Amino acid sequence: MALNVGCSARPGNARDNKTGSWRTFRPVFDNEKCNKCGTCMMICPEVCISEDEEGYPQVDYEFCKGCGLCTEECPKDAIEMKKEEK
Amino acid sequence: MADERPEFFESGHRACGGCGPALAGRLIMKAAGENTIVVASTGCMEVFSTPYPETAWKTPWIHSLFQNAAAVASGIESSIKMQGRDEKVVVIAGDGATFDIGVLCISGAFERGHDITYICYDNEAYMNTGIQRSGATPYDASTTTSPAGKNSTGNSRPKKDMPAILAAHGAPYVATASIAYPTDMMKKVEKAINTKGPCYLQVHAPCCTGWGFDGAKTMEIGKAAINSGLWVNFEMEEGTVTKVKKVKRVPVDDYLKSQKRFRHLFKPEPKTEEIAKIQAIADKNAEKYGTDIVPKN
Repeated sequence: MALNVGCSARPGNARDNKTGSWRTFRPVFDNEKCNKCGTCMMICPEVCISEDEEGYPQVDYEFCKGCGLCTEECPKDAIEMKKEEK
Repeated sequence: MADERPEFFESGHRACGGCGPALAGRLIMKAAGENTIVVASTGCMEVFSTPYPETAWKTPWIHSLFQNAAAVASGIESSIKMQGRDEKVVVIAGDGATFDIGVLCISGAFERGHDITYICYDNEAYMNTGIQRSGATPYDASTTTSPAGKNSTGNSRPKKDMPAILAAHGAPYVATASIAYPTDMMKKVEKAINTKGPCYLQVHAPCCTGWGFDGAKTMEIGKAAINSGLWVNFEMEEGTVTKVKKVKRVPVDDYLKSQKRFRHLFKPEPKTEEIAKIQAIADKNAEKYGTDIVPKN
């Protein structure tokens, strides 16, 4: 990898770095309580919560750092943080 | 309902869990869209989003130095104008680069009237190098260069009023926002980008590591700052305040207590004199911007 005057990188290749390994707590979603408001998808700093086919949130655990922000902000208390079992 | 707009800030960046600036970066890019060139200054966001050879950005993105993001953006804007292209140039810089190190270049760019949008994500200190105070650090916050101790109650100077400085340059649109209110923030980003001329947006982005709170509370802390009056969300057009977020204001105590950087104000016993000084700052903000909801008789 040659370093010239500037450095450049392929757009968005930070995805090579799987930050999910940082996690000690895992958010678990309860679709029964979820009202599909989209708050968790909007506020995730890791951009790792997306909408599934039925409009419920789904987490990409390869990147989720387990910060718990979604759990804290969920207006329906539909997300629970559970300790990761190795 | 999920926001359908595509993401231009990618997963896999190395920010702390619950990072306010990471969320700010994501929301800014969601609002700015594909036709954007991002100019970054040195800072936490630059470091966690682009550890070579990786980058979290999916639009053109450039970093040069700590102090010159506004100058680099000026050059890019002039060049794309000459070429007849229509990309929007957005600077995303931290409070250290904006309030302290980059002021000269920002002042120049705003004076020359480049069509750029300058967004400062304000986490109120130099976080990436280990929490040193900046011009944006609030009064009495303990940082590694303004440590609280026997003879000090933390940072001895109040926060610099950067929006007023840039409004005084004749900027057509100056606003403040908070990641705690994502929809409002994205609207302001869009407005700033679509307003011709140099626009400034200052985004409150709580830093769990630097301020000392649990990463799950990032949004809550942002809301508490606004509810206490220590942060005001407003819009300023042509130098006049046109919109202010009104709040039912609460005493500053709870906001201060929830963060390690203010812990010294309550231990071993509450330093009521200092807390009163911070309350006075909040009161002054509320009076200046008229944030208080006045009950109707």
